[in-house]
Amino acid sequence: MTEPDAPKRGFSGADIPAESVYNQCVRCGLCLPTCPTYVETLVETSSPRGRIALIKAVAEGRLDLTSPGFMHQMSECLDCRACEAVCPSGVAYGSLLEAARTQIERATVRSQPDSRKLVRAFALEALFSNLGLMRIVAWFLRLYQRSGLQALARSTGLLRALGLEKLEAMAPRISDRFFIPSGQNWQSTAPQRKLTAFMHAGCVMHVAFAEVNEATVRVLRRSGCDVIAPADQGCCGAIAVHAGDLDLGRELAKRNIVAFERSGADIYAINAAGCGSSLKEYGHLFAEDPGWSARAAAFSAKVRDITELLDELGLDRAGLGRIDAVVTYQEPCHLAHAQRIAAAPRRLLAQIPGLVLREMEESSLCCGSAGIYNITQPEMAEELQARKIRNILAVDPGLVATANPGCQLQVSAGIVKAGKTIPVKHIVQLIDESYAAGGLR
Amino acid sequence: MITAHLLTQLRTIVPGPRNVLVSPEDLLAYGFDGTWYESAPLAVVLPQTAAQISELHKLATRERIPLTPRAMGSGLSGGSIPLGASIVLNIMRMNRILEIDEVNQVAVVEPGVITADLQRAVEAKGLFYPPDPSSLRQSALGGNVAENAGGARCLKYGVTRDYVSALEVVLPTGEIIRTGGKMVKNVTGYDLRGLFTGAEGTLGTISQITLRLLSKPRYSATATAAFARIEDAAGAVTAIMSSGIVPTSIELMDRLTMECVEASAPCGLPVHNEALLLFAVDGNYEAIVTSELEAIAQTARSAGAGEVRVARTPEESARLWNARRSISPALARRRPNKLGEDISVPRSAIVPMIRAIREIAARHALAIPVFGHAGDGNLHPNILCDRKDAAEMARVRLAAREIFEAALALGGTLSGEHGIGLLKKQFLEADLGPDVLALMRRIKDAIDPAGIMNPGKIFPDPGGPDAFRL
Repeated sequence: MTEPDAPKRGFSGADIPAESVYNQCVRCGLCLPTCPTYVETLVETSSPRGRIALIKAVAEGRLDLTSPGFMHQMSECLDCRACEAVCPSGVAYGSLLEAARTQIERATVRSQPDSRKLVRAFALEALFSNLGLMRIVAWFLRLYQRSGLQALARSTGLLRALGLEKLEAMAPRISDRFFIPSGQNWQSTAPQRKLTAFMHAGCVMHVAFAEVNEATVRVLRRSGCDVIAPADQGCCGAIAVHAGDLDLGRELAKRNIVAFERSGADIYAINAAGCGSSLKEYGHLFAEDPGWSARAAAFSAKVRDITELLDELGLDRAGLGRIDAVVTYQEPCHLAHAQRIAAAPRRLLAQIPGLVLREMEESSLCCGSAGIYNITQPEMAEELQARKIRNILAVDPGLVATANPGCQLQVSAGIVKAGKTIPVKHIVQLIDESYAAGGLR
Repeated sequence: MITAHLLTQLRTIVPGPRNVLVSPEDLLAYGFDGTWYESAPLAVVLPQTAAQISELHKLATRERIPLTPRAMGSGLSGGSIPLGASIVLNIMRMNRILEIDEVNQVAVVEPGVITADLQRAVEAKGLFYPPDPSSLRQSALGGNVAENAGGARCLKYGVTRDYVSALEVVLPTGEIIRTGGKMVKNVTGYDLRGLFTGAEGTLGTISQITLRLLSKPRYSATATAAFARIEDAAGAVTAIMSSGIVPTSIELMDRLTMECVEASAPCGLPVHNEALLLFAVDGNYEAIVTSELEAIAQTARSAGAGEVRVARTPEESARLWNARRSISPALARRRPNKLGEDISVPRSAIVPMIRAIREIAARHALAIPVFGHAGDGNLHPNILCDRKDAAEMARVRLAAREIFEAALALGGTLSGEHGIGLLKKQFLEADLGPDVLALMRRIKDAIDPAGIMNPGKIFPDPGGPDAFRL
């Protein structure tokens, strides 16, 4: 604990949490009951209102930027944006948090152990920025998973001995095929061609959820889209932004903006809610950069999550076959709160014949996945995962539907931990399966 | 800074992780409420039982350490701000609904239950807890009882006090007392439930509450009436209340209020009018509810209303009431700060009170939107300002004083539902008079001899100008 009268390090340089934003907070407290970390701890410090007070204190020189408690709180926040969705004063909390994290990262980079710097550099700058490298890592991971090596490592307790058990369990099952964007051009299979959609292949999505991407292409084509997947796209930058590296986030953003501009497509389609919310906020990322801010804002205006896009274009209703199941919908935070998309996914599910939607309690309370949160805050992630699974099991569904790979992984892993076998599918996969069940027209 | 000895004592009384908080971040997070004031506490304790609260009180009384009880900290008068390096006693871990007794129509709850959560739970059983403070989605029942919270439905249904059937209170000296019960009528001894309800945490900590419930009315309907002149709106309120109908609520929004709400979350409010009245009626027979609302609409028209609209769907109704509940934070978008008042005048004085507020606003060049519970004379003039503008703040202080003086002159009082807390204590004697104030002090001294419960609240500091001023 620092001495009360020692000089406190504040915010400096670019990307400072804006005073005009945190001063909007009137401390009404409406955000607290919606905040997953508050609901789990019942401690004000772990709430949006509390975190805003801490950010304000750092800005005003009453709290040190590198105070352990402050850094912990900036990390413990899931950035799920549930608070923003209910805030009557319109506080843009996400922007405060991301700026604060960037400030902390810059201030502490010199004091971090080399191993951490190396891992971070590898993960963020190499792996997510270079999808070719990610595919190589994924290839090895698939080999490990399919060859029997994983089964061996797990059963002999080797992973536990190395302290890697939890981390290994979190690794997604790599898809049989990767979905590699290389300039593909798929034609609409509907009578009418309505628009051209640029397909964001994603980073984790394209190696671990390639089947979701494939389903996305088929479903979009059936709704009247030509779908293109230009090769010059890349990671959306969400992980970098959330990890407090706004500069890397900007680099990654520019790549996608340029790729979209070059492609001439009408819409930038994304099937991962976490990525979608970042893509829609490229305008804010470049707010202080006159050279890019207009281009970024124009780009963001063309981004559509797959659920809102399909809801707008309409499905081929006559072609939807039966899926007889009780389904519950796990709402990704970055769809429900950050993008305020809640009705469209439900409307899509309602159109699948035979599917019965049974809502769970706290359907939009974060599952704890939150990007790399289950690596940075494993205990809280696990508590929230357990809470989510309890809510799911309470409605006894045959299926869980979601719209984000992170949620899909977190919920699947949680269901396995609970000893159950309920499939977790992306909404677009369910629509694709419904079309398949509908047979040929 | 807290001594190691005291910290150990606290950790012994409330063991377990994250139940005694002393980090700089925790102290910062518990130092404020819904006003702009703040003051860091010495420590924060999160007890889970009345027995633990009792031990904390005994320790505090013995060692003369101030305690500040706190629920959600959403109050609007500074009541939960920890002054004088006090220990915040946060009851939010005590958050269970212990019982919903359908035969006796009562609910037994711990003080940390969020009001909306109780309402949802009892409504699932066809029951109804009427008091609806605008903070109901985030405030807790312990705070509601401590402040005797009101809300829009109080016009028909009464305030929190009218629903407190029993209380378990931990006295400052540590005794855990129970007063009241599940019975309907009770005049045995002094009315202690009335004493502790609205005592703003200065007479003890509430550890359990038994709340009276009603049967849930089956139908409700909402309408709005827009008035070109605010005086006509006030006249309409009187006419409706005299017409024999008891609406659930009559809420007022003046033009400035409507503009702020529309700027924040547009919902089609008629901002070209001087005032909007929002009516609700409820009951068990749809035909009666519809007729009563129609009669209200008619009365409003006769009183000079222009556009009168009846909400066609529950969604439309909900949207209007949501707008009403969001006024307070919506005002924050207009200017950096606001000083919200809560004056309560007899219904006959609504028109002169509104005139007085406008005159004060004009004279001091301040924007003072007025909204509130027009049906019962409890208005919320909010003085919009910027705390950093010293010259403006001087005018704000004058305007606040004049608003209170005007309310008192019209036979009203300082606070209808937010409480005195910090914000109004300097005006208390002018409202109550020296004899009543002295009587209240005697009661306080008798129950809290060491003076440790929420010091600096309600009572003006003795002997001259307050250390704490607006």
